[in-house]
Amino acid sequence: MSCTTGFASLVHSLAHRVLGEDSAADQITREVFGYVWENPDAYDPKQGSMRSWVAKLTQRQAVLRLRQAEAAQYAEHGGGSTEELEAKVRRATAAARADYIVTSMPAPLRQALELAYHQRRDYRQAAADLAISEDEARRRLRLGLQLLSTANTRPPEGSSPPGYGRAL
Amino acid sequence: MNGPAEQGPPLPDDENGTPRIPPPRRAADDIERLPSPEPVPQPVVRSHAVLKSLLGAWALTACSAEETEAVEAHLTECAPCADEALRLRDAVGLLHTDRSLDLDPLLRSRVLENCLGRRPARIPVPDWASAYDAEAARLDALLNDFGDAEWHAPVRLKWFEREQQVNRKTTVAGVIGHLMAVDGLVAAALGLDDPAGSGLPSGPTARTEAFWTSTRFPLTRAVREPWREQTHTLIRTVSFAGRGAAELAVPYGDFALPLQDALLDRAFECWIHAGDIAEAVDYPYDAPSGTHLHRMIDLAARILPDALAARRRAGLAPPPRQLVAAGAPGRSLRLEIEGAGGGVWHIALDSPAAVGSPDHEVAHIALDGVEFCRLAAGHVPPEDAAAGRLGDREAIRDVLLATASLSRL
Repeated sequence: MSCTTGFASLVHSLAHRVLGEDSAADQITREVFGYVWENPDAYDPKQGSMRSWVAKLTQRQAVLRLRQAEAAQYAEHGGGSTEELEAKVRRATAAARADYIVTSMPAPLRQALELAYHQRRDYRQAAADLAISEDEARRRLRLGLQLLSTANTRPPEGSSPPGYGRAL
Repeated sequence: MNGPAEQGPPLPDDENGTPRIPPPRRAADDIERLPSPEPVPQPVVRSHAVLKSLLGAWALTACSAEETEAVEAHLTECAPCADEALRLRDAVGLLHTDRSLDLDPLLRSRVLENCLGRRPARIPVPDWASAYDAEAARLDALLNDFGDAEWHAPVRLKWFEREQQVNRKTTVAGVIGHLMAVDGLVAAALGLDDPAGSGLPSGPTARTEAFWTSTRFPLTRAVREPWREQTHTLIRTVSFAGRGAAELAVPYGDFALPLQDALLDRAFECWIHAGDIAEAVDYPYDAPSGTHLHRMIDLAARILPDALAARRRAGLAPPPRQLVAAGAPGRSLRLEIEGAGGGVWHIALDSPAAVGSPDHEVAHIALDGVEFCRLAAGHVPPEDAAAGRLGDREAIRDVLLATASLSRL
């Protein structure tokens, strides 16, 4: 049960980022946990953390669902090209990866980003809030964004997306 | 680029009309100590390194107006920084206001319901049952893609009996029926219902024959579900029973195994027969994981002294050369298994009561783990087993033959 309570919000929010709606994200959450539950041996600790494995499963499943939904829509209403669909999939994938990266980056980096972005503190105020030097505050903001920016790089075919550990 | 002359403290409103926060103060104590009659605003010259360090804060609009301007001026003349600035700006676009991370409580219960519907509540599977769990799941996955043609494909089961390889023809469905019938021995020991039917004899071979003849028509794919259900029930039951059940005796007809060994034996059979099935329909099938393979080999190594004794009783092997007190080290063969799951075992040669010991080693064989298992499954004749052999030839021959004698239908 621990895996369900620990990862459910991660899975749901990743799926929501890709699919953009609650009911589809609910469905993905159920499918992912159903899979994890039925295939406890599928997880190989050598390939990275349980968390990154679950994130990878979620993303794969959500992107699959997105493609299916788009294809169904295309069949029904026409319009939309393959390029548009791929662009949409890429955007959704990058967004989900970014969410994952934010939740798994080192806490000091996340706190600095949180202060600067959500609470609109400048780096000097953030440094004071965190009781760190201004240099360190600048370093954390830059490093945090650098990590986040890897979500936008398009991985070569067949390799795992950044932020999810090694390829299966 | 701004010339130095233009670079004073910025005005409260810049050319875009955006109010800027005031420029950074001069350090107050400096001003006090060095009161300057006319503080000439000197442009702060920042190094590339400092400007670069500001890129994150700049992208988040979290630096002073004056720093912002300095960074932007720098970007027009430094391509690497400009690249990075662009990337970091884009990254800011990926941040978003967090939705509540608390799940809808209804969703949580739906997730759990879904899981529980698919697999029995999973308290941890005991370590010693994990090989059986894994092998049953792997075989089930193999069967997943099978159509009727595969289910009825002929399979030749091979084993070793009275010093020779024998075989028997059945189908893929027949093999699953065989696995189910023999798993029923463990089910019976746990007081569970036997899906193969009641009143079956207690030896593995007799049970299988009885089950095969009890079905009036050849077995079909319909056998998969009861087989699978039984494997799940066994796993669930031993998981709930926990540690204490490990030593429970499982009668196999003319001998008995503790439950943990019986499940290892079942895992071994499941893998070997999955391999038979895969070969019959020309599918690839991997060996078990190293951990599981090691346990299976260990079981065979522990049983070998008994198998040697049984051969002596049957007059197939010469009498023991040297008898020692029970529990004392005796003449031993060093069994060296290579590859995943490998290791070294010392097999007591003269009596199951003796203890294998490196100090009393008279012979040494080395072979690959999978090859050893195929030998123990009767799939490789002992004389053909690819083994490195050193030392007492009679001991080596006895151990190889005894290993093959562990096999059965």
